[in-house]
Amino acid sequence: MVDHDNRRDGVTRARDLTSGANMDGIAASGFPILARTDFSDTTFLLEIYHPTMARAARPGQFVILIAHDHGERIPLTIADFDPAKGTITLVIQAVGKTTREMQRDFRKGGNILGMVGPMGEPSHISEAKKVICVGGGLGVAPIFPQARGFKQAGAYVIGVVGFRSSDLIFWEDKFRQVCDEFMICTDDGSAGLKGLVTEGIEAAIARHPDIDEVVAIGPPIMMKACAEATRPHKIKTIVSLNPIMVDGTGMCGGCRVRVGGRIKFACVDGPDFDGHDVDFDDLMTRLQRFKEDERMALEKWSENCRRLALEPSQTGEKGGS
Amino acid sequence: MARKTIRTIPQERAVMPVQEPEIRTGNFDEVAQGFNLENALIECERCLVCPQAACIAGCPVGIDIPGFICKIIDKDYRGAYNLMTDANFLPAICGRVCPQEDQCEGVCPVGDTLEPVAIGRLERWLGDLAIAEGWTKESHIEPNRFRVGIIGSGPAGMACAADLAKAGCAVTVYEALHEPGGVLRYGIPEFRLPNSVVDAEIGNLIKLGIEIKCNTLAGRLFTVEDMIGEMGYDAVFIGTGAGSPRFMDIPGENLNGVLSANELLTRCNLMKAGQFPEYDTPLHLGRRVAVIGSGNTAMDAMRVSLRLGAEKVYCVYRRTEAESPARVEEIHHAQEEGIEFHWLTAPVEILGDSDSNVRGMKCIRMELGEPDASGRRRPEPIEDSEYEFETDMVVYAIGTTANPILGQTSHIRLNERGYIETDENLATSLAGVYAGGDIVTGAATVILAMGAGRKAARSIKTYLGIRDSETAHRPEYATIETSMFGIDRAERNFVRVRLE
Ligand SMILES: Cc1cc2nc3c(=O)[nH]c(=O)nc-3n(C[C@H](O)[C@H](O)[C@H](O)COP(=O)(O)OP(=O)(O)OC[C@H]3O[C@@H](n4cnc5c(N)ncnc54)[C@H](O)[C@@H]3O)c2cc1C
Ligand SMILES: Cc1cc2nc3c(=O)[nH]c(=O)nc-3n(C[C@H](O)[C@H](O)[C@H](O)COP(=O)(O)OP(=O)(O)OC[C@H]3O[C@@H](n4cnc5c(N)ncnc54)[C@H](O)[C@@H]3O)c2cc1C
Ligand code: FES
Repeated sequence: MVDHDNRRDGVTRARDLTSGANMDGIAASGFPILARTDFSDTTFLLEIYHPTMARAARPGQFVILIAHDHGERIPLTIADFDPAKGTITLVIQAVGKTTREMQRDFRKGGNILGMVGPMGEPSHISEAKKVICVGGGLGVAPIFPQARGFKQAGAYVIGVVGFRSSDLIFWEDKFRQVCDEFMICTDDGSAGLKGLVTEGIEAAIARHPDIDEVVAIGPPIMMKACAEATRPHKIKTIVSLNPIMVDGTGMCGGCRVRVGGRIKFACVDGPDFDGHDVDFDDLMTRLQRFKEDERMALEKWSENCRRLALEPSQTGEKGGS
Repeated sequence: MARKTIRTIPQERAVMPVQEPEIRTGNFDEVAQGFNLENALIECERCLVCPQAACIAGCPVGIDIPGFICKIIDKDYRGAYNLMTDANFLPAICGRVCPQEDQCEGVCPVGDTLEPVAIGRLERWLGDLAIAEGWTKESHIEPNRFRVGIIGSGPAGMACAADLAKAGCAVTVYEALHEPGGVLRYGIPEFRLPNSVVDAEIGNLIKLGIEIKCNTLAGRLFTVEDMIGEMGYDAVFIGTGAGSPRFMDIPGENLNGVLSANELLTRCNLMKAGQFPEYDTPLHLGRRVAVIGSGNTAMDAMRVSLRLGAEKVYCVYRRTEAESPARVEEIHHAQEEGIEFHWLTAPVEILGDSDSNVRGMKCIRMELGEPDASGRRRPEPIEDSEYEFETDMVVYAIGTTANPILGQTSHIRLNERGYIETDENLATSLAGVYAGGDIVTGAATVILAMGAGRKAARSIKTYLGIRDSETAHRPEYATIETSMFGIDRAERNFVRVRLE
């Protein structure tokens, strides 16, 4: 496996660089999946081997991944990184064609065609003494390295994470290890506090009048609500924006967002911004850009999957995990 | 042979077959299909072989143009190719995309009375012939122990890589995207520069032993300082391109259907959005598309939109055709293809519908005033001349600014506009780190980027103490070894001389 990994690693480590180039010149791309865990029928975790990135990654950064040669380039937050093991961790929510296809096809031992990163400005782990780290939906995993970062910097960390219901909960232990207080909110009340993460924030602010900073990652509507919840208290609120991206290098401007009345490119200027300055309505509108196309792609793909599932040779492949 | 004169040469340019406009707007095949041998030979006859060839001076990399033309006339095609590639190793690309009318062909004396010699087309013919025959520049490479890291696989990075590999350095090129080539890959469309040509030219580089690592964002995965530090590169070249598209900050810019030409072209060329949903990347092209700007990027965005099925494509430009920075041939082709040009027109506002989609654009008419600092007449708005028209998509092609990533992640000195600052040898503020191409000059041309890459390669050779036959004849302190048995290795190849 090790032999295989080295060959497949998109970037040779510094000391390997002397040991000679690949014969074909263009380094074999392809990034091996070392582990996969399914948290629920929509959320799964991948551990991917990329030692250089595992060393370089910082909380708040992301990768752009392309699954296969007909694939789309999609951004995913680096939810964790382990320089010792040489891996980075992604937690993916299957919401559309590409992420569902990944859920179906990406297995331990498999390979990802392309993955580039770490992208974006790392989150600034400030001097704050007391912070609330808020994660909702696909933001739960990405908030973890930030919470850990603040803990390591000596802050008092209050974790607030939201799920739709108890069966979707993951990483509770991991969070408890790095949070001084930890709250789960569920929409249906099946675990923790019944309600939205904003209610968790309000509760925490009520208990602690001295909160210096709030960091919120999740769907735009949630981040908007968090920013509104903290605005009257004048608590600095950092959000991580997730606009549609292509290259992630600042070259296309597809990821542009409005912050403080000015255009910013989330991939190079962000993804973190001051939540009180972000024009969330603009972000939410622009996320609808390809709605029809996305629906069409998903329908066509699901249709194909159904058809393939009827063919006997394919039955071993069907179904999630 | 009697000396050719303007009267004795063929008066008309040799025929270059092109696809008819009605046909070509329905496909992505090349518009201009290139000379065949017969036409190339006719065109060569039109060269007067001037003793003081203006064209050589007009070429940013100084190709010996009459020299290669004479070799073609002598049917020594391989010799012509070797001569060409002494100055330019990407003839198939430059022959297609250089603004020849401003360079070699612009100063060709034949052009005073007739059409100038079609130098670009001859260059392309030679480059295509080399690809078809599988020629590469024969080079005897004697490895030295130097390792050079290059950031960016556009023309600047590739040119630098090639020269350093020929000098014997071990060269690694890092590219952020999943395919190499820079703008040649993601920007310039298939009908102007087929991917197969880019692949072939990159294949030649790989034959020189250059290693290309895609999916690698330098600056973030490792810093420039890491490259010369921990990673042990003896020198680094930065050719990351200009790249960051500019917007205008007018109302309606964030409506759905407003995007940069870079985004449109990347989606189509690199991600193949034209074949959505077979390929996963969507574009959602409008039925009517308005492109702001009139450079090469604007022309490409318009002509791609047309080929993907837009019914109506507009060009909105605040100056006139004469000031338009695009290659003349591209404007001409765009006009033939039915693109509607709105010269002397500036956008004021983009209009949206209730779903936040673009429905139209409000523009104002302009007139040309006094010349500005750049010598171009400054466009000024005509009062009360606003008008609206309907469109479903607005594409910005009004230029680019510097890509910020390397500035964010290293201490390299930038100028006030964010481009990397270099001295006349293209050395940056970091020792051993050189830069060239669009990231130094701002958006320019393929040939200038290539020229910068080569210049930086020369500087890097000097910095590393590599002497080559191009810049050094015989070191005064030549050791016995280099001149032993009368063999002058410096002449045939490269000798490395450590200066200290
Ligand atoms: C910086 C950043 C970090 C992200 N981190 C994560 C993460 O850790 N885990 C996770 O599950 N998701 C994350 N996302 C979102 C993820 O990229 C999208 O869910 C994914 O692209 C959807 O692709 P699809 O084809 O499956 O769905 P689609 O059907 O294409 O789209 C579903 C939704 O995803 C959005 N989307 C589509 N394409 C893109 C794109 N290229 N870039 C961004 N959004 C897109 C659409 O607006 C739509 O709302 C992140 C996005 C950004 C910008
Ligand atoms: C649509 C379009 C059409 C054009 N048409 C013409 C034409 O007809 N004729 C002409 O002469 N010129 C044309 N140009 C201009 C010409 O293409 C550029 O001047 C030229 O490509 C610049 O070369 P470069 O090597 O400096 O940069 P680029 O070609 O931009 O290449 C830079 C490369 O570096 C990579 N990169 C950036 N940052 C990093 C990083 N941090 N780490 C790793 N890699 C990185 C990028 O992904 C890119 O691949 C056109 C430009 C465009 C956009
Ligand atoms: S994703 Fe293209 S500029 Fe940010």
